[in-house]
Amino acid sequence: MQLVARDELCSGCRTCELLCALSKLKENNYKKAAIRIRGQFPDPGRYFVVVCDQCGVCAEVCPEGCIEEVDGAYRIDKERCTGCGECVEACPSDAMFTHPSRTAPIKCDACGECVAYCSRKVLAIQE
Amino acid sequence: MLYGYGGHVLRLNLSDRSVKIEPLSEELVRDYVGGRGFVAKVLYDEVPRGADPLGEENVVAIAPGPLSGTFLPCPNKVAFGAKSPATGGYGDSIMGGHFAAELKHAGFDLVVIKGRSEEPCVIVIDDDEVRIEDGKKYWGKGSMQTEKMLKEDLGEDFQIATIGPAGEKMVYFACITHDFGRQAGRTGVGAVLGSKNIKAIAVRGSKGFPIYDPEGVIKKGQEMYDAVFAKPGFEKWTPYGTADIVNWVNEVGSFPTKNFWTGYYEEYKKINGVALRESVWTLDKGCFACPIPCGKYSKATFRGKEVRVEGPEYETIALVGSNCLIDDIEEVAYANYVLDELGLDTISGGNVIAFALECIEKGIITKDQVEGKDLKFGDLESFVWLAEKIAAREGIGDLLAQGVKTAAAKLGQGSEKFAIHVKGLEVSGYEPRYAPATLLAYMTCDVGAHHNRAWAITYDVAVGREKKEGKAAKVIELQHVRPLLDCLGICRFPWIEIGFELDWYAEIWPLVTGQDKTWEDLLKDSERIWNLTRAFSAREIEGFGIDYDQPPARFYEEDVPTGPIAGNRITKETLDALLKEYYELRGWDEKGLPTEEKLRELKLDFVVEDLY
Repeated sequence: MQLVARDELCSGCRTCELLCALSKLKENNYKKAAIRIRGQFPDPGRYFVVVCDQCGVCAEVCPEGCIEEVDGAYRIDKERCTGCGECVEACPSDAMFTHPSRTAPIKCDACGECVAYCSRKVLAIQE
Repeated sequence: MLYGYGGHVLRLNLSDRSVKIEPLSEELVRDYVGGRGFVAKVLYDEVPRGADPLGEENVVAIAPGPLSGTFLPCPNKVAFGAKSPATGGYGDSIMGGHFAAELKHAGFDLVVIKGRSEEPCVIVIDDDEVRIEDGKKYWGKGSMQTEKMLKEDLGEDFQIATIGPAGEKMVYFACITHDFGRQAGRTGVGAVLGSKNIKAIAVRGSKGFPIYDPEGVIKKGQEMYDAVFAKPGFEKWTPYGTADIVNWVNEVGSFPTKNFWTGYYEEYKKINGVALRESVWTLDKGCFACPIPCGKYSKATFRGKEVRVEGPEYETIALVGSNCLIDDIEEVAYANYVLDELGLDTISGGNVIAFALECIEKGIITKDQVEGKDLKFGDLESFVWLAEKIAAREGIGDLLAQGVKTAAAKLGQGSEKFAIHVKGLEVSGYEPRYAPATLLAYMTCDVGAHHNRAWAITYDVAVGREKKEGKAAKVIELQHVRPLLDCLGICRFPWIEIGFELDWYAEIWPLVTGQDKTWEDLLKDSERIWNLTRAFSAREIEGFGIDYDQPPARFYEEDVPTGPIAGNRITKETLDALLKEYYELRGWDEKGLPTEEKLRELKLDFVVEDLY
């Protein structure tokens, strides 16, 4: 199970970022989201969605063994995470995000909360 | 705790390079809401009387609103304000994009900038760490080029507002550009940044901000998005954005054409929304948390040069397209790029260039004054040549850089009659000659002739164009509602363009802020702010009042010559009567100034001492 994106349709509005942090943490802070929209302007003039594809590399490199696949998505055990950053370095999608106020990185667990409010229909959950 | 606010005010003085962070005052929140309201109060309190708009004493105030950056449709507006070089009075301009949300995430509801930097600088706001950095390497660069360089130098996750060469040269209608195509376009706020040697402001915030009821906001926010998705306009309007309205405006004869000579353009289909979508569009580009992205990112080529530009928006199509008789959407898009990169407002820019072309046509500006060039309407080369001269303030460009009011005053020879402005600010893209509410809205708009404060053309057409009854009251109603959205920090398009109900904002307001103010209370705040900006201009401009609420003579002396409303106009007598009614309804005296009673009713007692 993973969140997939048709980047070429993205308008860059970042509702997904906002709603991600709000629904997961009840915090109005998109810098704690597990998804990022990056723009490349003025050329070629489009956006790219950066999000975990559940490849599992993070779990392989985690020295604490605290990233595990549960219900089809890799999840971080925040209690055991030491914030060493190995997974952030190793992530091939650059989709393990950090925030100064949090020890554990933030990653997408494919909950799909963002999907319904993506007005350009960029996002979808793929089983 | 203040919910819905970052909670802090950032104060910079570029003369002594000091940076201060203060808590946001609860009193300011109570009476002025945020956004434009904060800007108005700061400018009134802190711009010294008689300050030169382009001098060290002027103040720049920047403010997102309490709904900016949270989960509801289009919470993305930030107000930039200063004493305006275009009008000499109160000035602000409202910008979309991602700047408002990012400032809030850095903890700021208001940024106040004073003084003047000795050298070009870039203000970098990285949460609480605020730096005034050397900006020399960016000086002289285009608006978007500067943004790209700063993204590379600082990081892609910074939100950046820049000025172009026109701002550096203090052109009276220089704009601020952000997100490669969003502007605070009006009233010359870009020139004020330039006068302070500020090339750019970059902000990155990681803190977020508290909201009163997060669960409630999620639920209500989702209902609001769902309601937007359910509107027919969601599917219909979005592909064309603001350009969608070209056909209608032309059909009703209000499409400014050839320096507002008429309101009907035969070639409108070559520059309408469909033309835009089919020939230059590449991407629907949205502001922060916007479900109806009106930004039409485009690609245009002219004389072998390929450019990218966000737009053209309706206003640009009207003022650069029909108003300059440029009948090709790709050429309009290219002209849009030129103005954006130079940092010129497309509304005033299109007006000023159309005015110059009419002066040339009539021999008021001679061929010698334009270096022997054969400049004419409908010619992109002429347009670009003039735009570049204006931005560089070279030759005739130096005169035109001061806007049509000043240019006409110097050129004389009857050019004042077709210098299309009110208070020194050029008119937006709706020909108002046979639309009394629209014209009254331009005449009385606090910053000069700007459509943002009260857009009444659809109302004029719906209730009957010749009709006068109720129009002054309608203009006042709109002048309170629309600027309130600029206080709250939200975009008006869901409401205006696809019929999204304003009640939704009233419903989410207490969930975000925890305040028990009603929508009516907020409208009263908006009225307070409207009177305060009026008082600011009255304090700063000798003789301000009714004489400054007058439209150009073309609008009441010349009948509309062509199109569906040919032969019509509103007489000066009608306009005078409408203005009189407007003042009475507002509680202003016959000169157009708020009465002492009105000021006290609005808790503006401190203004009474200045005006009376």
